[in-house]
Parts: sequence; structure tokens; C-alpha cells
Amino acid sequence: MIYLDNSATTKPYPEALETFNIVSNQFFANPSSIHGLGGLSEEMLKRSRTQAAELLGVKPSEITFTSGGTEGNNLAIKGVALSYSQRGKHIITTEIEHAATYNAFKQLENAGFEVTYLPVNHKGRVNLEDLKKACRKDTILISIIHVNNEVGTVQPLQEIGEWLKEQRATLFHVDHVQGIGKVPLNLKEYGIDLCTISGHKFHGPKGTGLLFVRGGVSLSPLFSGGSQELNRRAGTENLPGIAAMVKALRINLETSKRHLDDLKCLKNKMIRSFETNDDLIIHTPAEFSAPHIINVTIKGIKAEVLVHALEEDDIYVSTKSACSSREGGASRVLLAMGIPEDEAAHAIRISLSLENTSDEIDRFLDIFNKKINELKSVMG
Amino acid sequence: MEAIYLDHAATTPVHPEVLEEMVDVYQKIFGNPSSIHQFGREARKVIDEARDALGRQIGTEGKNIVFTSGGTEADNMAIIGAALANQEKGKHIITSKIEHHAVLHTCQNLEEQGFEVTYLDVNSNGRLDLNDIQQALRDDTILVTLVYGNNEVGTLQPIREIAHLLRPHQALFHTDAVQAFGTIDIDVREAPIDLLSLTAHKINGPKGAGLLYVREGVPISPYSYGGEQERKRRPGTQNVPGIVGLQKAAEISAESILPRMDTYFAYRKILLNTLEKNDIEYKINGDPDHFLPHILNLYFPGTNVEALLVNLDLAGVAVSSGSACTAGSIEPSHVLTAMYGKESERAKASVRISFGYGLSTEAIQKAAAIIAKTVKRMKQ
Repeated sequence: MIYLDNSATTKPYPEALETFNIVSNQFFANPSSIHGLGGLSEEMLKRSRTQAAELLGVKPSEITFTSGGTEGNNLAIKGVALSYSQRGKHIITTEIEHAATYNAFKQLENAGFEVTYLPVNHKGRVNLEDLKKACRKDTILISIIHVNNEVGTVQPLQEIGEWLKEQRATLFHVDHVQGIGKVPLNLKEYGIDLCTISGHKFHGPKGTGLLFVRGGVSLSPLFSGGSQELNRRAGTENLPGIAAMVKALRINLETSKRHLDDLKCLKNKMIRSFETNDDLIIHTPAEFSAPHIINVTIKGIKAEVLVHALEEDDIYVSTKSACSSREGGASRVLLAMGIPEDEAAHAIRISLSLENTSDEIDRFLDIFNKKINELKSVMG
Repeated sequence: MEAIYLDHAATTPVHPEVLEEMVDVYQKIFGNPSSIHQFGREARKVIDEARDALGRQIGTEGKNIVFTSGGTEADNMAIIGAALANQEKGKHIITSKIEHHAVLHTCQNLEEQGFEVTYLDVNSNGRLDLNDIQQALRDDTILVTLVYGNNEVGTLQPIREIAHLLRPHQALFHTDAVQAFGTIDIDVREAPIDLLSLTAHKINGPKGAGLLYVREGVPISPYSYGGEQERKRRPGTQNVPGIVGLQKAAEISAESILPRMDTYFAYRKILLNTLEKNDIEYKINGDPDHFLPHILNLYFPGTNVEALLVNLDLAGVAVSSGSACTAGSIEPSHVLTAMYGKESERAKASVRISFGYGLSTEAIQKAAAIIAKTVKRMKQ
């Protein structure tokens, strides 16, 4: 099996599962309970929070554990919007956000907020000048995806963050779900106020995630209930999930330190191979792109057909974002990049993880080329 | 010394069979249920099977089940979703004074948004009066949300009668069955109920997994936006192992409802007999006829709850003063206050004992002796 759909979800690390198992058995009590067993769970929760904070270079009190990326993004965006609506009702985002943020903005528009969707160029990148022009006195939030989940484009967050530091009234949220472990992001240096990550994208469990909320940023919570997570997120904490996610985060960031260059090599190997094939159109830009995502159109071959053909040989890739793969039509992201609709509808996404090997990529390329030739002869 | 855990209403240990099945799913079925390839289809298959099985268990079809991250999220989704979707019909909501904070605080939140909420009183047994509900109903009432079985004193509400009373009215009926599910049989057809929340971690399932039942045709606005999962009602990659764990835990608890009921009645008897034998003055907080058998809330006149809890904990018995979500605070229980009045000493001298998986007659005998001894000492 060659699993190249790591942007959809990843296989959990065995070590993370072990942590999940141990914590489920030994720290099952409710961290909010005041008895000794609850105290042990609370201690474990605190340790997980401290470790997550250290790994991200922030303070423990700035970490809010969530049920995943969608919740993190919704909490960040709506939490800020509702909390700061006295100051203004204008928000800026981009045309190529993940559905979790994109649709949250659509909801805020219905609630009377004004949202500017920054365009992207043919590489999928926003322009700082466009952002500067869009920014107003009543802009309370800028929310940008760091690494686009479909094409892998990396946004100029450092430039944006540095410029934003001078605009004191505007908060900066980053959807880092695809970027974590793949494209480094310095939360403090870039002046990021909120940042979302999701456990199952870096070999942690599904149903886990965290939101970084810089100290001093006030957030209106998504759920009402108990006073967990400093009143930011009500509900009994998923402690085994949290501990396993933090474990996965540590392993992933350590692996990334050592092997990120290897991952880049794997991607380049694929790109070089694709470039020699005239039937392919690569949508992932050569520069400013993440080392794990390649989006490519195969002329004349339907994306679904190729996905299923590869599956026959135990190779797994995807058409577009998993969250929207059941909707019909071309990718909103590719269309925003100015890619013609017909071309966009034929695109597949290949997404790697730090666990993929060079052998796997060689085998993938062999089979991939073979399948394309087969399909072409059938179609032709 | 191994502590005797008598706080199963706060949270429960994960059943070994549940954990085993979850770890198996983590390893083998890690795909994203929205992916179109085999991994995705496999993951989708297991969650749909879980959906159908859980649906059957509460008397409905799988398509009416929306998976959530737990009870708090399900309660929020039901109440806010129903309120927002039906606000054109009216803005009045009825709830009670003894709800879990996930319901109570959500209703308060809606009050801030212009909804009007009636908080019904309960009698000194914690029971609602049907006449009170009848009188509170208005033409513009759109939602009635009442707890199935209270989490602090275990009092069961006349859910069936309430549901029938509401039948001719436009108001939707939501019940928080988080504490009742798994201990008693619940059938949404029998009542009939429009919305029902439950969670896995109260029935020896994993933390971070729950569901909301939504009767077919009942409109609820999603409160979170993103992908199209859960028939557009709850975005975010599904927590596949968590969902499987929820289903397995529900299956195990359903098989053992009757024997467990007998066991818990026997445990209550041991505890109360031991107290009587030792001449400990106590009163049961709750309803003598309608109660959840796993919860026993006891008032010990002349004691102080905080000191009692600490001393019981040191002596190796983990119990609680009320809902774990409020245990961190020193506020007297809002449930006991609603039952006995603000001035009553009862809210400050009562403990909740709750039974569950992994206990034995010997452990209960031992705990009963410790409780008797500790209470006696504390009163001197």
C-alpha cells in the first residue's frame, strides 16, 4: 500500500496510540473532579498543555484544546468576530481558504459582518498590497490559511504579520492545519494572534486539535457549559486524545527537523517526473509551496477514474479536499487561481507525509505513468 | 492504596473491549470518511454502521444521528440550532433550574441574544410539575429543553408525559440524556422526543465522542461551518475511532441494563445499611420513586462538603459534590439550591456517590465503612 492522501488524514503513530491507550486506562477521571484521581488527570492535562506550548514556542495558557481543525477555525473566527464586533465588523480572508473557514465567513456575512475575500494570483498566493488596500479602520480580523490544502501554496505570512504589527486593532488568525510539521511557522515572530492545528493531520488521533490564542486576545466561546479550557471551550476534556495528539506533535516536529529536506526531495522527484510528461499540468507552484502537496491535471483523464485506477494497485491519492470531495464540480481553489474549469475538474492531489519513502515514490511513479498510458489508450 | 472510584457520573473508565476496538480502528481504518478511495469508504462504512446501530438502540434510523465531540456540543447544537432555526415562530424557550451547565449556560447565552427563557422550578425531590410546564407554554414557545435524568441527584423527569403534553404545541422538545443513557432504556418514539443528546464517556466509552438525535424533518441551524459531513449539520472530519467506541460502549451497556440496575440497587442498600448501622444521620437528595439507580446523593447534616470530600479522598474514596464541571468552583450546587432553597444547609453538606463499571460488593462495603467513619469523625 502506498498512501499518498496525507492531506486528508494520516495514519496515527504507534507511539501516539500507545499514549492514548495508557491515558485511557490510567487517567480516566474527569480533570474537573476535585478528588485525587481527578487531580491526576488535571496534572496530565497540564503536562500536555505545557508540552504543546513548548513545542509551539508559546505559553501554556495560550493553548485551547478543541475537537479538531473545523472547531478551532470556527472558534477563532467567530470567537473574535463576536468578541470584537463593537470595534468593527470587517474581516479579511482569501478566496482559497479551507471550507471550515470559508463557510464560517459566509455565516458571519449573514450575521451582518462584511468580509473581503482577497484574490490570489495564478500560483495561489495573495498579495500584501491587496491586503493593505483592503485593510480598514474597522477591520477586526485577518484570517489566512498558511498552506493551502489543495495545491500546497504557502502564503507570505511573515510579511503580512510584520506589516500587521503596526495595525494594532486587527487580529491575525492562521489556519495552520496543513502546514504544521511541513512548513515552519513562528507564531511569536510573525505576530500571529490565533492559530489552528488539527491532530489527525500529523499522525495524531481524529477528534483532537488545538487553537493558539495569544494572551490578551478575548474570544467569545462557541459552546456554553462548564468552565473548561479557561472558559474558552466547554465540555469534558478528551484527555487521552489530547495526550496522544501532543505526543504525535512532538514526534512529528522532531521528525520534521531531521527529514524535512528528504520530503522536499521526494516532492521534487515527482515534479521532475511530471514535468517530462506533456499530458500533465502541474498546479502546485515551484516556489512558495509546501513540501508535501502536488496538485496536477491529467489531460483527458477524469480525476475520479484515475483515483480508482490507482486504487487497484493499492495506491491512494485524492481528487480535491476530502471535506468537499463529495461535492460535484471543480475545485473552488483552482478556479480562484484562474485555472480553466475543465482543467480544474481533472485535477488530482497527491499528498505526502514525513513517513513516505523514496522507494514508495519510485513505485508510485512507475504505476502512475503506466496507468495514464493505459487510460489514454482506452479513452483515445 | 487503590482508590475506590464512586464518581461514575462525572466520567467513567473506558471498557477494555471498547478500547481494544478503538485501537484496532486507529490502526486499520484510519482513512478520512469523506475520501472517495477505499480507505475513505471503509471509514465511512464503520461510522455508518455505528450510526445505524446507535439509531436502533434509541428507536430511530441512522440518518437521524449527528455525531458530535460530546454532550456539551450536542446540547449547544440542539438548543442554539433549534432556537435560531425557529425564531420566526417565536423567541420563547422553556427549561428548568436543574439542568446541566451545558444547557443552562446555553439558554443564558440565548437570553443575551434576545430570546426569552423560562426556568422552571422543581419540587424538593427534583421533579418537574407537568402543570408548571403547561402554564409556562405560550404561543411563541419554540423549544422546551429538559434533562432526562439529573446528573447530581439522579431524579428522572416524566419525559414521556412531558412529550405528550407538548405534542399539540409547536415547541420542539429536547432532552439532555447524557446521564440517563446507558442506565435506562430510552426510545425516542415512545416519548416522542425531537432532539436528544448523549455522550460516550459516561457509559465507559471514550471522551470526545457524543451524538445528537434529530427527529426527521426537525430544522436546526448548524452553529459551526465547514465541510459537508453529517449531512451538513456538523462539519469536521469525523472522529472515526471515537464513534466506534461510542457504539461499542452503547452496545455493552444496553446488554447489561437490567443486571446493572440490580447491582446498583444492591450497592445503595449496602451503603445505606452501613450508615444506619453506624447511626449516621443522613437524608437522600432526590426522588424516592423516579431516579437513576447509579446516582445516590446524600445529605449529612452538620458536615461541610468540601472538608468531607477531601477527607474521603484521603481515605481512598473518590466521590463528588455535584457535577464535575462545577466541582472546581465552591459555589453551592444549583441543583440542590433549586430543590431546597438558597438558605438550606443541604446544598453545602451533600455528596454525590455514583456507581459504574469495575466495582464490586467488597469495594462498596469498604467504601461504605470509610464513608460512615469519615462522616462520624467530621461531625465531632
